[in-house]
Amino acid sequence: MLRLEKLVKTYKTGDQALKAVDLAVPEGQVLALIGPSGAGKSTLIRCINRLVEPTSGKVNLGDVELTGLSSSNLRRERRRMGMIFQEYALVERLSVMENVLSGRLGYVGFWRSFLRRFPQSDVDEAFRLLDRVGLAHMADKRADELSGGQRQRVGICRALIQNPALLLVDEPTASLDPKTSRQIMRLICELCKERGLAAIINIHDVALAQMFVQRVIGLRFGAVEFDGPPEGLTPEVLTTIYGEEDWEATIETVDNEEIDEAAE
Amino acid sequence: MTEVHALIGKPWRKPSFIKRPLLRWAIIMGFFVYLIAAYLTIEVNWSRVYEGLERGKKFVLAFTNPDFTTRSGDIIEGMTESIIMTIAASVVGIAISVPIALGAARNIAPLPVYLICRSIIAVSRALQEIIVAILLVAIFGFGPLAGFLTLSFATIGFLSKLLAEDIESMDKVQAEAIKASGAKWTQWINYGVQPQVMPRLIGLSIYRLDINFRESAILGLVGAGGIGATLNTAFDRYEYDTAAAILLIIIVIVMALEYLSGVIRARVQ
Amino acid sequence: MPMQDVKGQKIWQRRTGRESLGHWVIWLIGVAIFAYCWQQISSATTWFFVWDAPRIADDIWTRATPPRWEYISQLGKPIWDTLNIATLGTIFSLILAVPVAFLAARNTTPSLLLIRPIALLIIVSTRSINSLIWALLLIAIIGPGVFAGVIAIAIRSIGFCAKLLYEAIEEIDQTQVEAIIATGASRWQVMAYGIVPQILPAFAGIAVFRWDINIRESTVLGLVGAGGIGLQLSSSLNVLAWPQVSLILLVILAAVVISEWVSAKVRGAII
Repeated sequence: MLRLEKLVKTYKTGDQALKAVDLAVPEGQVLALIGPSGAGKSTLIRCINRLVEPTSGKVNLGDVELTGLSSSNLRRERRRMGMIFQEYALVERLSVMENVLSGRLGYVGFWRSFLRRFPQSDVDEAFRLLDRVGLAHMADKRADELSGGQRQRVGICRALIQNPALLLVDEPTASLDPKTSRQIMRLICELCKERGLAAIINIHDVALAQMFVQRVIGLRFGAVEFDGPPEGLTPEVLTTIYGEEDWEATIETVDNEEIDEAAE
Repeated sequence: MTEVHALIGKPWRKPSFIKRPLLRWAIIMGFFVYLIAAYLTIEVNWSRVYEGLERGKKFVLAFTNPDFTTRSGDIIEGMTESIIMTIAASVVGIAISVPIALGAARNIAPLPVYLICRSIIAVSRALQEIIVAILLVAIFGFGPLAGFLTLSFATIGFLSKLLAEDIESMDKVQAEAIKASGAKWTQWINYGVQPQVMPRLIGLSIYRLDINFRESAILGLVGAGGIGATLNTAFDRYEYDTAAAILLIIIVIVMALEYLSGVIRARVQ
Repeated sequence: MPMQDVKGQKIWQRRTGRESLGHWVIWLIGVAIFAYCWQQISSATTWFFVWDAPRIADDIWTRATPPRWEYISQLGKPIWDTLNIATLGTIFSLILAVPVAFLAARNTTPSLLLIRPIALLIIVSTRSINSLIWALLLIAIIGPGVFAGVIAIAIRSIGFCAKLLYEAIEEIDQTQVEAIIATGASRWQVMAYGIVPQILPAFAGIAVFRWDINIRESTVLGLVGAGGIGLQLSSSLNVLAWPQVSLILLVILAAVVISEWVSAKVRGAII
């Protein structure tokens, strides 16, 4: 459904963040993007919805080529790609409900959105989503009154209310504690399954990635080093992605944690 | 937890900033009533305004063709006087405001001194430059001395207040460490306090120099010296090209001062 | 560290010899400039009047006290005018300052090379010229009166408000804006949802702050004929009616104190 062809991004400073990345994501597949800091994970995700303009190469969503769209057409296509951010990126001074409804901005006109007169169906959907993530009672709270985990749930609602075909998830757990991280990852993956969404989850926690996804892409210096199922992440593979380190411990703790979780 | 079915199908409204509806409407209504009342009581002579548009256009055009030469003598004299007043008043004002700032900082000064210094600051801040200038002109006669005293007085209020606030919020530990070494009061100020507030003092001083220059341009209107008198004459005679020239000079000097203050503040910090 | 070798002993000095010489030269130049300025002021002063100043001050004081309290009945309308000049002037200036600020902020300006410098020029030129001068100019153009005062205050405040506002716009959290862009929002929607909520508190604070300053400035605009209580001050000064002058000064002082109190209260409520 999503196809990247020879995607290249070179920043003005001359840093080559992406070197001809080819990638195809079929419908409904949840994919984790791992790699060391600076490997180009964030850039890759942002090149897909063109928050960062790719230097060359193509991005195809369904049968639409995103690269080269005019800005108004790009806005229409962005509605099909929900994005979830590392630091939640909620508009802090708006209420939870406004933040969720802001996911519908691509569908409603300026004055309706400015006067906060969203269609009833959007409001209903927002309440359903908030209820799904357990925050319906918080709808009129201001976003900066929420805890980190709650904020990320609102961020998920905002992405889902766009009714997207694809989720772009940028380090969803980077600023959360381990337990909340797992809850958020589980929520994202469940919701993707419920709605048949494809997702690209950019994550630095390898263990967490292995627990939830069906496919892992390893990125190193802007190039794909590994593409396969999570079980394929052997110590050798991790070494090629991240460099030399004792990987047994990382992989083992995953197993232990999974047992703990089951016991709870 | 709220039952979600109860919420579905209900319209949603953004909760208002002011929660009590009565108060909210009272404020909104009050505001509009005020606007209408204000509008009704302002007498605007629209035909005069309409006539004025032509003159306004002439003035704007004068900016493209300012006349520096016809009254160059007056302009140079007025500008020099403005600059001289600005510099002298800034130096004296800063010199006086430093001890007053020390006295107005609660963590340094004893209570009686604090109260005296604070009231000096309050008086200086409450009286505007132009009113002070009127009084001083009445007392000391026309000329730059009145302007110089006005600006010095205004500098004291401005600088002492901000500097005192800075001293009050300084790092206590550093100052205590100096005190613990057995320093005298003057040494303590010199080693414990001065290094902490010096960058701010320099920044504020330059900022005040900038303000003093801008203010010096109007003191001439009441006879307290500076470019204001020349400017006033130019307007009276409808010599827009000369007025435009003076305004351009003021703008350029203010811009230069702002640039300079940016450079110096960057170097100090 | 600068050291000096004196008879085999190292003596610490704060600056090297050359540095300290430089410092002395700078100080010397400073003192010379000040001395020159003072000499110029002094030569333009009639010292006879200055020596006579204490007597004159005493004379004015005895004439001005007590204030002519009953005159206050004639000050109602001027005070109302003063309030209007400040409030309406602030409102107009905010309406004009918002677009200027958006054009001047690096992250919202449509063009860094062309439009931003123009916006900055508007800011600096309106800011550098005192409202009294703007009033003089407007009186020459549209005639004396309250309206000229309103416009003078409005123009003077554009630069001030726009400068503070564009600095606030440049400090916003860009990821929140990015998140709104990613939903497919249009340019104006990004503004309304991503940027405006972030700068609204700053905007309210600036508005009230400037209103407070404008009350001060509008009390003296009448001196040049732009309406408000300054007109009464000026006419009282012209006929040397010192008891009226002292009453007007007290009223102005009260207005300044009250507006400062109101502005502090409102800003406290917002932030």
